[in-house]
Amino acid sequence: MASTTNIPTMSELAAQGKQPEVLFWVGCAGSFDERAKKITKAFVKLLIKADVSFAVLGPEESCTGDPAKRAGNEFLFQMQAMTNIEVLNGYEVKKIVTACPHCFNTLKNEYPGLGGSYEVVHHTQFLKQLLHEGKLKVKGGSFKGKRITFHDPCYLGRANNEYEAPRAVLSKLESELIEMKSCKAKGLCCGAGGAQMFKDAEPGNKEVNIERTEQALATKPDIIAAGCPFCNTMMTDGVKNKEQESKVAVMDIAELLEQAQDL
Amino acid sequence: MSAYIPNITFAVLFFVLVGLFTRNVRRIVRNIKLGTSTNRSDQPKKRWLHMARVALGQSKMVRKPLSGALHVIVYVGFVVINIELLEIILDGFLGTHRIFAPFLGGVYDVLIFTFEIFAALVLICVFFFWTRRNVVRIKRFWKPEMKGWPKWDADIILYAEVVLMGLFLTMNASDYWLQTVAQDSHYVQAGSFPISQFLLPLFDGMTAQQVIAIERTTWWLHISGILLFLNYLYYSKHLHIILAFPNTYFAKLSPQGELSNMEAVTNEVKLMLDPEVDPYAAPATDAVPTTFGAADVTDLNWVQLMNAYSCTECGRCTDECPANQTGKLLSPRKIMMDTRDRLTEVGSSLNKGEDPNQNTLLDNYISREEIWACTSCNACVEACPIAIDPLSIIMEMRRYLVMEQSAAPNELNVMMTNVENNGAPWPFNQQDRIAWREELNT
Repeated sequence: MASTTNIPTMSELAAQGKQPEVLFWVGCAGSFDERAKKITKAFVKLLIKADVSFAVLGPEESCTGDPAKRAGNEFLFQMQAMTNIEVLNGYEVKKIVTACPHCFNTLKNEYPGLGGSYEVVHHTQFLKQLLHEGKLKVKGGSFKGKRITFHDPCYLGRANNEYEAPRAVLSKLESELIEMKSCKAKGLCCGAGGAQMFKDAEPGNKEVNIERTEQALATKPDIIAAGCPFCNTMMTDGVKNKEQESKVAVMDIAELLEQAQDL
Repeated sequence: MSAYIPNITFAVLFFVLVGLFTRNVRRIVRNIKLGTSTNRSDQPKKRWLHMARVALGQSKMVRKPLSGALHVIVYVGFVVINIELLEIILDGFLGTHRIFAPFLGGVYDVLIFTFEIFAALVLICVFFFWTRRNVVRIKRFWKPEMKGWPKWDADIILYAEVVLMGLFLTMNASDYWLQTVAQDSHYVQAGSFPISQFLLPLFDGMTAQQVIAIERTTWWLHISGILLFLNYLYYSKHLHIILAFPNTYFAKLSPQGELSNMEAVTNEVKLMLDPEVDPYAAPATDAVPTTFGAADVTDLNWVQLMNAYSCTECGRCTDECPANQTGKLLSPRKIMMDTRDRLTEVGSSLNKGEDPNQNTLLDNYISREEIWACTSCNACVEACPIAIDPLSIIMEMRRYLVMEQSAAPNELNVMMTNVENNGAPWPFNQQDRIAWREELNT
């Protein structure tokens, strides 16, 4: 059984002749970005708490190629994809969970055509399932009565039609879920998708993340919940820009659940 | 012989205008076929259902309740009133008057009753549409790409509908007067006229001859107007009344987030990664397409080109676009309008036997600034009432810029170099991917 001191990699397990039930695909943001690493840690703690048989790829994981593909570089995307598929198929991976909707979308929809077919779930879907099965229980308390608004990630929502799982997890917190002016299928982008995360925006009269943050702040939330490390960054920056960071926290669904668990 | 002049005139009018329409349809089909191939013959059952739900059932149209409801009424009215068109055409050819009346009896009354109610409803809806556009001036109708012809086009369609419905009701009113007041034997007692009966006072004091003249004139103007409007479609955004159906049938059915994998690239990458490949083998002649991505309409696939002809310029896509909402140049509607305009230009060059390659869609119509402003969020795709996919065109142009021209914005080149060298978009050491594991215990 995994504990925080011995989170296995696929290669470590393979060396022992073992195979986990699910691979946690951490993603580049979850691996390197200081803010997103906190989400990774929170999610891992939940996996351990729920006694999930899992492993990570560690240094064998590489960018899915999503930002390259959305930037127009199909060559680089497919190089990344085929290299990753070779690794995943080598370990005979069946099921993948990831906390990044961009990795989720690419692994789920774009890898099968290149020879990589897996059951791919977003971490909010996985957490919903763990709660449903009773493997995770929320004691409630810390978020009770708090006003929470959820920002739909484009690549989970519109791209893959999943609006319900993150809300189902949030509903367990006994907090007050308040929807923004545009939510679910009409949810406004945070501004990071399509490789925009890595470049300056084109000239305009506003940054997209400011527009979205204004919509979120209009719900007078205590917490803006996110389900994507990039959305998280954009919304955090937006809240700072509006000088609301002392009042409004931007937190991933996994972090909220982990804190409610008081792990 | 002279008794047949109206029949002959009608036949000539009908065949000339329907013939012109057929020529235009052929041109549109030819232009759409200039696109590259893509297979959309899979899952026919799902496709029929999608078309039934989205085009026939207007399911996405009604997401905006007011404009949705107005549109549904005009749409149903259009379909219903066109049943009457069949009778009008038969009357025209045969020189008869209300040919269906004797066969249908009471049903005929119900039909005419329904047509009149819908004609009135259409007039009311058109008034609201015009008001929304020109008095309320809803923002999406006044974006920069709507200047000039697109603005005219939208108004002309509304005016045409008013004229056609007005002619239809006046025609019925004069007919009703001739049936009841003049009791002219040619005008059989048939039909029920809940709306046009209120127009009867117009004919007070007129002779039967004068009213017959009005009835004949409105009859001819009405059918000529419809046949002319049919030919106007080719020059108008109004083509959606036909193309919305194939457009929803052939739409992408996979998750919106899925961006197609380019097969030509797959073959190349497989060769690169395969240690057993012979690097000196002669490449297959059809291995690589002429261009990666799209610089012009002929690089886009036929569904994307059909999308362009189907666009009604409603602007719901642009309204939802995060880039457009924050003042960037990008407007998904403009992407579709530019694609159509460029395709029309290529088509008319072909008609004249000229070289169509003076311009290209990219740079002459769509700027790079627009292409790079997209966040690929799919809001435009989600918003379109008839399943148009502007995002796919934007992505094809990015592919062209990056793979053919190496013309990505510099920051994106940095990101891509990082992915290539470090397996991540940032310049971190690959071995540190699992650094969080150690941090978890400290």
